Amino acid sequence: MKYINFLGIGILFGLVMTKSEAISWFRIQEMFMFHSFHMYGIIGMAVVSGAGIHLLLKRSRSKNFEGDAIVFQEKPKTYKASLLGGTIFGLGWALTGACPGPLYVLFGHGYLIVGLTIVSAILGALCYGYFRSKLPH
Amino acid sequence: MLELIKGAWHWSISGLLISLVMLLLIKSGKRFGVSSSFKTICAIGGAGKKIDYFDYNWRSHYWLLIFILGSIIGGTIGSTLLANSNPVKISPQTVTSLKSLGINAPMNIEEGRGFLPEEIFSFSNLFSMNGFIIIILGGFLIGFGTRWAGGCTSGHAISGLSNLQLPSLVAVVGFFIGGLLSTHLILPLLF
Repeated sequence: MKYINFLGIGILFGLVMTKSEAISWFRIQEMFMFHSFHMYGIIGMAVVSGAGIHLLLKRSRSKNFEGDAIVFQEKPKTYKASLLGGTIFGLGWALTGACPGPLYVLFGHGYLIVGLTIVSAILGALCYGYFRSKLPH
Repeated sequence: MLELIKGAWHWSISGLLISLVMLLLIKSGKRFGVSSSFKTICAIGGAGKKIDYFDYNWRSHYWLLIFILGSIIGGTIGSTLLANSNPVKISPQTVTSLKSLGINAPMNIEEGRGFLPEEIFSFSNLFSMNGFIIIILGGFLIGFGTRWAGGCTSGHAISGLSNLQLPSLVAVVGFFIGGLLSTHLILPLLF
């Protein structure tokens, strides 16, 4: 029961992904074809308002719901991994038309075949873990 | 009002709500990053016994699986109680480009909801070349690539960029290099 709030936040996320149409394979193709502003608008608005949120939280030294100071984690400066891994993910994103969040949401829509894509993504993560020490970071 | 909620939401509202999800997770002491779930699932499955990368206290990520369960339920609500009566309306240019590959975008709800090209994403198409590459290989690249890059659209493009993280900007450049290659070079080869 201690995690029930995360269930609620997840439901909100699933609804937003659905109603924004960010889960649509067609929207992702449209984005990579530069035929519409829609997806750029969604991501751009999330980034700009998110930057405002980060700024406000830092300026006001806001505490989290448990009363502890919020720790903003820095992303590791592994630029090779960001670029190479990012490119591999990008290849998969445009093929399946979904990033990880939308994969789960689509499964919830009843597209059971996307369950196989999720299993395959888990195997991809497993494979990364196995070869991690041999890859540039 | 209900009709308004059932229809597609404007990009500005959608973008604001995504940052609200991020805010709620930060205030709950967590981070917004969906692709970590692939790592968590491997760790729960016992991968940490053989591979150090998965040897961590996955119980600290238990919340993420609950969040994902919620997003699955959100999807179910979005396709039932709050289903849109119109399919996703993409740009006519994209419709034409996809048609030239033989992929049909639904024009009305009888033809589909416009979330997935259903003739590609079907169990009967799974063992064709395009089906296998899109459904199976595509998923594998997502899992491998997001873990190598250390994040996906939520962790890098939204959380990372909005927290002014340079590695996230580099990752997003990578997302676009890969995405443009798939859409403009690989997809036309598959159809």
